[in-house]
Amino acid sequence: MTIIVLLVVITILALLVHIVPGDPARIFLGQRANPELLARFRSAMDLDQPAHIQVIRFLWRILHGDLGIDLFTKRPIIDNIGDVLPHTIILAFTSLLFAVIVGIPLGVYSASHPDSWADRLTAIISISFITIPNYVGGLILLLIFAVGLQVLPSLGVGDKGNPIDYARHLILPSIALAIPWIGYLARLVRTSLLEVFNADYIRSARAAGISEVKILYKYALKNAFIPTMAVLGVGIGNLMGGAVFIEVIFNRPGMGTLIYNAIKMRNYPLVRSGVLVVALLFILTNLLTDFIYTLLDPRIQIERK
Amino acid sequence: MLRRPLGALGFIIVWVFSLVVIFAPIIAPYDPEALDIPHLFEGPSSTYLLGTDHLGRDILSRLVFGSRIALVTALSSVGIALVLGLILGLISGYGGSTIDNIILVILDSIQAFPAVILALAILSLLGPSLLNVILVIGFTWSPGYARVVRAQVLSVKENTYIEAERSIGASRKRIVLIHILPNILAPLVILVAMDIPIVIAFEAGLTFLGLGVPPPTPSWGAILSEGFNFIRMSPWSIAWASLTLMLTTLGFTLFGEALRDVLDPRFSGLWRA
Repeated sequence: MTIIVLLVVITILALLVHIVPGDPARIFLGQRANPELLARFRSAMDLDQPAHIQVIRFLWRILHGDLGIDLFTKRPIIDNIGDVLPHTIILAFTSLLFAVIVGIPLGVYSASHPDSWADRLTAIISISFITIPNYVGGLILLLIFAVGLQVLPSLGVGDKGNPIDYARHLILPSIALAIPWIGYLARLVRTSLLEVFNADYIRSARAAGISEVKILYKYALKNAFIPTMAVLGVGIGNLMGGAVFIEVIFNRPGMGTLIYNAIKMRNYPLVRSGVLVVALLFILTNLLTDFIYTLLDPRIQIERK
Repeated sequence: MLRRPLGALGFIIVWVFSLVVIFAPIIAPYDPEALDIPHLFEGPSSTYLLGTDHLGRDILSRLVFGSRIALVTALSSVGIALVLGLILGLISGYGGSTIDNIILVILDSIQAFPAVILALAILSLLGPSLLNVILVIGFTWSPGYARVVRAQVLSVKENTYIEAERSIGASRKRIVLIHILPNILAPLVILVAMDIPIVIAFEAGLTFLGLGVPPPTPSWGAILSEGFNFIRMSPWSIAWASLTLMLTTLGFTLFGEALRDVLDPRFSGLWRA
């Protein structure tokens, strides 16, 4: 199934350029169009070939790890992407880490003190966090900490050779990206924990006089984490999408800024390769999550069979 | 619904938002596109309640008129997603396994892209305009609706009353339109309510990146993006537009959740905030 989806995704990307009204080469190159660049654009996109050849050639090159040569910098596109991809992946994982560190304890605390004032407060905070668009979070953090207080850097990724500088540049962007996920995880963990607390095996454990702390950490949490795991996997993919805004706001190199700048430059072959790589990573993380999910909960595998 | 304080808060925010949309020309103190060059980047004052932007335009008036863009985009794109999703979902759920599998692959492929990335890729080809943004968001959102419709159809069509209808020789069209469709609407109403704030934020985000509603139309995304370009000159555009967006999405979300608790009591208690 995944293979078929991959093929359809590649076909969509190979042919998407045709939704442009008119000749794509002329529209994209605009003022810059000279016969040589036009020819290079057309051959890079196989626009001189029939549609099915365009798809097959695009697929063939992808299978050989060849995303073509960038029209303007004349560098292999794969190198451009290789340069920036790690920054996006680090950003996504750091945000997820923040979300887990803050969101899960909030959810656990809420669920173990249901209907207390702390639970209600957490509920309000979570829903507010969930509804804050990440670019709004990013802009506000930028305004407060980088422009106003000037305690944290606002631009770029910092000195790549200096881990401390790199980490300082990572703080604001990853918090901005994590905000909705903190709220989301807190809610999710609370809901699944409360559900687990109602299960018979927890009641038996309580009846046997096992301490609440042990019930929570030894029995309940493990089971409550299963749905959370599934969401985390999807989360990585979504964070890569949300990273577009955050990378643009904090002017960080990454897949988001690569695609954004390529769009601004009307460099469509680069846009297409960037989108392809993000989609591939998205599909890959979903597959991986599915796999981990079945490992954690063997019942799912049995149900599928 | 109103017995719950957060639901009531959501209702009030949605109500105020609707009033602002309807009475925008009366509420806005100035023309949202009128320039006042001697008064650039001003903070809040009695003349300009929320201050002015880089062209001396009144931020309050721009926010007030921006609410119209937000609502128009949200309603039309969710409407498009709903119609597309209904068509695909009904065909998929009631059309036999071959067509079902084909539609599922298409839905999976569309959802293989993060929504922002897909929307950016398509908009980069079509060019930014209000209509294109609406179409692209509608298209990007439709698989979600198609899936819900399909799942509902699959469960509803097992009911005895559908079997009875089939046994008296009713046509497929009659069964789908008269018997299945009305029975799957409740979850769709909830989905629409929950999606409206998400789409408002999404559109503002695309506009912020310069691929949504083009200037000089006053839209929340544009106000943010102009504020961002002049972030070191004045914080007011960003501050007010962020606050507006946060309040609106929060209000619509609380409203949607209250609506869900009323329409689908199975959920209540679990997510109660």
